Parts: sequence; C-alpha cells; structure tokens
Amino acid sequence: MAELHLKDIRKSFGSVEVIKGVTLTIKSGEFMVFVGPSGCGKSTLLRLIAGLEDITSGTLNFDGQVVNALTPSKRGIAMVFQSYALYPHMNVYDNMAFGMRLHGREKDEVDKRVRNAAEMLQVTALLDRLPKQLSGGQRQRVAIGRAITRDPSVFLFDEPLSNLDAALRVTMRLEIAKLHQKIDNVTMIYVTHDQVEAMTLADRICVLRDGLVEQVGTPLELYNSPQSLFVAGFIGSPQMNFLTGKLAEPYGCATLGVRAEHMEIVPNGGGEWNGQAIHSEELGSDSYVFVDIGAQEPVIVRQAGTSHHKPGEKISLSPLAGEFHRFDKNGKPMEKGVRPKSAA
Amino acid sequence: MSTTFVIKRSLLYLAVAVVVLVSVFPFYYAIITSFATGTALFKPAFWPQAFSLVNYEAVLTTGSFPQNFLNSVIVASTVVVLALLIAVTAAYALSRVQFRGRTLMLLTILSVSMFPQVAVLAGLFEVIRFFHIYNTLWSLVFSYTIFTLPFTVWVLTTFMRDLPIEIEEAAIVDGASPWVIITRVFMPLMWPALVTTGLLAFIAAWNEFLFALTFTASNSTRTVTVAIALLSGSTQHEIPWGTIMAASVIVTVPLVVLVLIFQRKIISGLTAGGVKG
Repeated sequence: MAELHLKDIRKSFGSVEVIKGVTLTIKSGEFMVFVGPSGCGKSTLLRLIAGLEDITSGTLNFDGQVVNALTPSKRGIAMVFQSYALYPHMNVYDNMAFGMRLHGREKDEVDKRVRNAAEMLQVTALLDRLPKQLSGGQRQRVAIGRAITRDPSVFLFDEPLSNLDAALRVTMRLEIAKLHQKIDNVTMIYVTHDQVEAMTLADRICVLRDGLVEQVGTPLELYNSPQSLFVAGFIGSPQMNFLTGKLAEPYGCATLGVRAEHMEIVPNGGGEWNGQAIHSEELGSDSYVFVDIGAQEPVIVRQAGTSHHKPGEKISLSPLAGEFHRFDKNGKPMEKGVRPKSAA
Repeated sequence: MSTTFVIKRSLLYLAVAVVVLVSVFPFYYAIITSFATGTALFKPAFWPQAFSLVNYEAVLTTGSFPQNFLNSVIVASTVVVLALLIAVTAAYALSRVQFRGRTLMLLTILSVSMFPQVAVLAGLFEVIRFFHIYNTLWSLVFSYTIFTLPFTVWVLTTFMRDLPIEIEEAAIVDGASPWVIITRVFMPLMWPALVTTGLLAFIAAWNEFLFALTFTASNSTRTVTVAIALLSGSTQHEIPWGTIMAASVIVTVPLVVLVLIFQRKIISGLTAGGVKG
C-alpha cells in the first residue's frame, strides 16, 4: 500500500530528453494506466518508478519517503515484464520463490506464499514445469504469480498482454481486473499502448505524449471531456471524427470532434452534412459506415446492427444533440456541445 | 535409386574416409607403435604386430612422468578455473555495465591474442622472475591464464550479450546483487558456453610447450609436453620411440575423454547465439 508522488521527473539518455517534467500523484490502492503512442515515454516512466533507470532530476516519493536512490527491491515494487522474463532454468515453483529466498525468508513461509499465489492464478498444477513447457498465457500467469509472492506495495505491469493472441488477451485482461479486486491494497501501475485495455482496467488513466502528461482522469472523464485534440483522438475506438475549416466554422471553433457513435444518418438529405458512402464495415453487432463529406478524412459513422450502404450512395449526417466537442486553434477544448445560434 | 545418386553418395563417403584417415592416422600409428618393442619399432606396419605393455610400464615407473602428468593436470585445471572466473565476471561488465571506453577495452583484450608467444617470451620471463615464480607451476598458470583470457572473455561476452536483458531486470527487481545474477541466473544459462570455452582453455594449457619449456627447469615442475620431448634413451644416440609413443597416448587420452563427455554441450555451445532459440 503506497501513495506515489512524482514531482517534475525528468529523464535524459545522453542529450535526448525522454521524460520532460512529469508531475503526478498516484493514490494508494489505485489502478493507474499509462497510455500513449509508442515513443511517448510511458515505459521509461514505469522503469523510473521501478528503479531500473536512474532519475535525471525531480523527486519520486513513496508514502512521503524519497526513493530516488533506492534499489528496486528496497522500494517494495514488483514488476511484470512484456516478455515474461521468467528464469528459463528454474521450474515454476523456484521462479516464484527466488526473490523470497534471496531475502532469506523461512522455508515454510516461502512455500505457503508460493502455493497461495499459484492457487490464485490457477497454476498449482504447473509448479514443477519449466517455463519452456508452458504456453504464453501460463507464462504470464507465472510472471504475475512471481510478482505477487513478493507481497509488493506497488505492482508494475509493462505491457503484459502484448505478446498474447487476441482471445487470450481478453481473458487475461479480465484476470488482471479480478486480481486488482482481490488484492485491492496494492497500488498498480499498468503501461499499455492499447486504449481498450486502458479503458477497461483503469481507475484512472494518464495519457502521455512526447514525455509529458497530456491528461489524467477516469476513463469516462477522458472519453467525455478530453482536454486536448490529442486525447480526444487517442481515446475511443474508432477514432473521433475531426472536422476542420468550413465544416467547423458554423460551430465557432477551429476543430469540431464528433465520435462515430454520436453521428446519425438523417434520411432525405436533412442533416448537417451531405456526402456519399465509400465503404461499410459490418461487424454483426454494429456497422461502421465511411462517408466522404469533403473533410480531410472520411467520416466514420457507427450504426447499431447491420446497415449496408453501397459505395456512392448519398448520405446525410448530423451529430446527436449536444454530443460534439469543440476545440480552438491550439487544440484546447471550448465549452462542450454548444452550437452558436448564428450558424443555424 | 539412380546411378548418379549412388556415385554421389560414394564420392561423399570417400571424402569422409579421406578426412578421417588423415586426422586419425597419426594417433592410430602412435598407438600401434606404443605396443611394439625392440626392432619391431622400426618396421613400418599398418596393423598391430604384437601387444606388449612394456613401454607403458617404462614410462610410468622410470623417471618423473607421473609427476609431470600430475603437473599438467594441476596447471590446466587451475587455468580453466581461473580463466572462467575472471572471464565470466569480465564478460558481465563488458556486456551489461555501461562505461566509457567499453568497446576500446574489448578490442584491446582481443588484440592481446594477436601477439605471437615468442614475441612476449622474454618480457614475460622478466615478469615471472620479478614475481619469484620462476620454475614453479604458478609461472605456467600465470602465463597460460594471460593467453587464454582474451578468447574466453570474448566468447563469454558475446554469449552474455545475447541473454535477454529482462531476465536480469527481473532478478534485480527480485533483489539480486550482480554476484547473485552472475552465479544463479546467468551461469546456469551459460553452461554450453562455459563448457566449450573451458574445454578449449584446458586443451590449450595441456598442449602448450614453449612457455613450459622456458619457465620450468627441473623434472619435478615440468609438464608432460616438455617431459615427452626430453625423454631420452640409454645412450645419446637412441631415441626411445616406444616410450615416447606410450607417453603420447597417455597424454592424449584425457583430452579425448573430456571431449567425448562434453561433446553435446560443445556443439550447442559453438552454435549458441547464432540463432535465437
């Protein structure tokens, strides 16, 4: 159980500054997700918290104690790596017991904790196996088990699901969510580039961009009121539609953002924007219709159920009442969902 | 089966036979000769004519051959242990610790192995005199370790560089010190490389002649290679081929046994790191 304070954390590799001053508080017992495009510094920030990289400047605080100079094991953290990083020559039991044995724990206690963790992750039957005899999902369970046995106060995940196939990823995501409920006294920090993982797992999400914090908030805060164009575009799938120039003018903003699920198709050309269908993606439960209305990119409209539109078919669109985002020319949000009267 | 296939196959096995013959024949001839006595020694024969252990008895009972053999075992084993200990720790630093001049140091270490033994012989002799280890086994351990290290360090560094960094980081998070990481995480993963380099170091130390001849002066400190060269017959004009061959066979056997024991490890060691496994 630990509350983390990051104060103006910076990290440079040689002359390249990767983390450019991050200030952030991670509450005790919280599930915090760092998300951002590749190269934004999210993994580096996690490694700074872990102690695997030295902090160039700024202070890192665990429960009021500065830990900048402490080694990873003294910080009370445990980490799950993307590539599992199990010890190839040790069986599952020894992998999980290794850390505790190094700390000179009693044999009985080691055994008890390994078996508890194994049971929690359903790997009890695998304790005698070597990592190479396990599947990807089992390896990742063991890696999580190894982290649990250390009884950490902060649990770090570095893209733990990226090496798994799509179906297994969904299962493991649920496992991690359950794990968080079971051991809710542990602060968890989770790095991913997958915004679906971020939305489903997080108590709060921290969106990083280019070494700086772009926005911190609950998943729905980020979804409903993104504080920048970047966050608006990054959170949500498919990506939010952005309309600029003439199309945004009637709304009194530089960029108008409307999510695919907030667009409706209006019959008989009665909508705000008119264009023609380019392509339809039918997923069964819902359909994405790509419409060219003269914007830079085709606009994506989400329709429930199946909705087939032939390429070239004329389509008229409107945003749902109040469900659009306005951004000024600096990409900062303006008052939400207000349409100046002059335009209508 | 077509005729061309048969011809190709035959040619292949013919080539194999030639290679085997060329590489094994000298040793085979040494074995045959070691069992011969008297004038039979000087009759060329490709098949064993007689079987007598007289030469072996002579080698093992007269002179200081057993002592020399023991010396070789002691020197070669000590060199292997020392070289591996130094090389593993050096390889960890050279492959995992960031410091200025790392590549330069690695290249310097490699360049040491370019010097011919003769070129450093005189200088090394002075160093050995300075340390007061002339005519002791330590002089050989010292000089062999110097000549073995560039190779062992280089091989182990490349091998260690290929070990996944995450495994080391996982160990760091688990609270392992560098020494624990080397001994309990890396070494078990490096057995093939350790066996290969260790064995090659052993063979190099076992076969070495020039340093052994120069740095030792008495029968009790000589190693087998020198002892065999200095074996003499009853008169100055007699070369005791029988005993020399018997001694050669005795000296070769440990190497053959070692290689056979570690054969499979050597093969995986020599190819390890070439392909991601």
